[in-house]
Amino acid sequence: MTVVERREIALVDLLDRLLAGGVVIKGDVTLRIADVDLVRIDLNALISSVNSNVPSPFGD
Amino acid sequence: MSGLRYVYAVCRPFGAALQAQLTGVAGDPPRLLAHGDLVAVVSRVPEADFGEEALRAHLEDLDWLAGTARAHQQVIDALTAVTTPLPLRLATVFRDDSGVRTMMERREDAFRRTLDRLEGRVEWGVKVFVEAEPERPAAAEPAPRPVTGRDYLRRRREQSRAGEDLWTRAEGFATGLHSTLSSLADDARLHAPQNPRLSGAAGRNVLNAAYLVRRDASEEFVERVDRTKDDAPGIRVELTGPWAAYSFAGDAAGEEEAGAGS
Repeated sequence: MTVVERREIALVDLLDRLLAGGVVIKGDVTLRIADVDLVRIDLNALISSVNSNVPSPFGD
Repeated sequence: MSGLRYVYAVCRPFGAALQAQLTGVAGDPPRLLAHGDLVAVVSRVPEADFGEEALRAHLEDLDWLAGTARAHQQVIDALTAVTTPLPLRLATVFRDDSGVRTMMERREDAFRRTLDRLEGRVEWGVKVFVEAEPERPAAAEPAPRPVTGRDYLRRRREQSRAGEDLWTRAEGFATGLHSTLSSLADDARLHAPQNPRLSGAAGRNVLNAAYLVRRDASEEFVERVDRTKDDAPGIRVELTGPWAAYSFAGDAAGEEEAGAGS
């Protein structure tokens, strides 16, 4: 198909799909990602994005 | 063959070769593991990084997560160019090939059903943002101080009314857009709105949707999104894709459908 030219995929769009989408396999896997505390991943992501250069959004 | 097995996707067998330079999440090129009339796309990963404890720790490291997610996506993208893959959740890792085969054996009917449902279809992401924040005057140019308490209250009222108008308009716009796009799609999913602190995107995300669209209907879908972009001042629409059908691969949906007797 003709693909619309795309910019680099934003990580947050990718994680929407890779962490919330896709088939979840139960059973013989080393770790189910559903078991991982995604809230903590969010928190870490938040901290690193605030640290990088964005002014703190908590001003108000 | 030491190491664990990372599985990206399950597909029907396909004739085309994958890109030669394609590397998987830990540098090992993905290969195809056939089982019956299905193939799993697999690469080797070290236990030191993908065993339970290590993986758990890594998943909380945003840089590691980002690198792994991008590598995973590259493989899925390459597959999407030659077939319709059924993507697995990030970091689905088995002990060995036989673990992968057992999994495929157990789920082959569900895989076939889902692959049939997704065949020839891709996912498009559409997000709607409310751009303006009327209540926050530009920091460099502070509004003149209100002379009286009454002025102050009047200004606050006007600001909050403008905010509410935009908000109401944005909600109406997003609802209308979602219904239009759903009518062009075979299926739709709503993701949680993105946290602006996480996405770095300007404005507030009011719609974060995914649509399952036939490849041959995708051009019309994209045009429809493009056309609505300029409809509403203060509101921004973003399109991503085409993606593999990540948001439509889920077990929950499959089980619900099966439960509904479809």
